[in-house]
Amino acid sequence: MHETDMTKALIVTVRNWWEEQPERPKISHIHLVVGQFTCVEPASLQFAFEVQTCNTFLDGAKLVIREIPLIAFCHRCQQEYRPEIGIQYACPECRSPMEDIRSGRELKIDRIEYNYLTDNSNLKSNHAPNL
Amino acid sequence: MHQTFDAALEINLLHANQEGADHNREHFDRWGITCLNVMSSPGAGKTVLLERTLAALSKEFKIAVIEGDMTTELDAERLRKYDVPVIAINTGRSCHLDSKMVAGGIHQLAHQYNPSQLDLILVENVGNLVCPAEFEVGEHAKVALLSVTEGEDKPLKYPVMFQEADCLLIAKVDLAPYLEIDLERIEANVRQINPHVTIIPISAKTGEGLEAWLAWVQSQVRAKRSLALNH
Ligand SMILES: Nc1nc2c(ncn2[C@@H]2O[C@H](COP(=O)(O)OP(=O)(O)OP(=O)(O)O)[C@@H](O)[C@H]2O)c(=O)[nH]1
Ligand SMILES: [Mg+2]
Ligand SMILES: [Zn+2]
Repeated sequence: MHETDMTKALIVTVRNWWEEQPERPKISHIHLVVGQFTCVEPASLQFAFEVQTCNTFLDGAKLVIREIPLIAFCHRCQQEYRPEIGIQYACPECRSPMEDIRSGRELKIDRIEYNYLTDNSNLKSNHAPNL
Repeated sequence: MHQTFDAALEINLLHANQEGADHNREHFDRWGITCLNVMSSPGAGKTVLLERTLAALSKEFKIAVIEGDMTTELDAERLRKYDVPVIAINTGRSCHLDSKMVAGGIHQLAHQYNPSQLDLILVENVGNLVCPAEFEVGEHAKVALLSVTEGEDKPLKYPVMFQEADCLLIAKVDLAPYLEIDLERIEANVRQINPHVTIIPISAKTGEGLEAWLAWVQSQVRAKRSLALNH
């Protein structure tokens, strides 16, 4: 499944970021934004993420997925509408085709939450990095 | 004290694939090659379409094929009979071609042929209605096939591929009389999500619509050639 490939891409991107951080922080959450008008199934992503991060630098990190609804803009009616995925994409008012997608195609890593670990695994802030 | 930090990344998950696709496209542009990415569900008729296309156009254009297949070389073997370079890419467990695999195919091709002499690269993607739509490979246009045996509702259920298509071939129309299928309904469903797509009903069996398809391919190649000449 392509969620496996997407997860690989996700891990590579996060690893690149992580390796640039001199302190190699502990990543606790990865926030993803996934539009509903993509070929990505959030549950499959979650599953692939758990499998692929096991025993890696991301072991235990949580993947938080925020889904973004499909919103289109009808130029004739000059208003936004929410197409019913799988059923009807044209404007419900005037039946104009869906031409202008305003949201729902997103597929991105929004942000990463992390903290720093000391040698004895206590958490500390980066204001006192070596104490 | 436990303090959490935040880093905003805002990086597209497909960023690496997209970069690779742009890179491939730059190569194609430099060589004056048109690249078409042919996609459909398994068995909709991609390879038969390519066979017909090679038979009709390989005198006029220098064509190569990049053939994505999960495990076999069966399709590639069928196309080699037309005496054109065919690069087979076994995608393994991956259900689509990505830009890196196609880059590998281009390199293989460039070892054997001078790419600047090619006019057209036809990419047959892995049979799959879902994933290939999200992974650009460097194509100039996307061709989607939907065979009449698949049902009118497929564009609604798998909208991304049909929304991205530049040309939609409604395939195997010779079978339509035996099925309860409404061709106008298929077109209407596709137009809901992609009003400007070129739609051509075809039958590789009877030859219906092939002329219109070949004319579409010719127009793509000629447009690219005249662009390349002006540079
Ligand atoms: N009746 C009829 N059968 C067709 C037509 N085009 C293809 N077929 C048949 O459909 C089957 C699949 O055709 P292929 O060309 O192998 O389909 P494909 O999309 O390349 O399949 P995969 O690469 O395995 O996804 C074959 O048995 C073809 O003979 C057509 O226009 N009419
Ligand atoms: Mg095939
Ligand atoms: Zn409207």
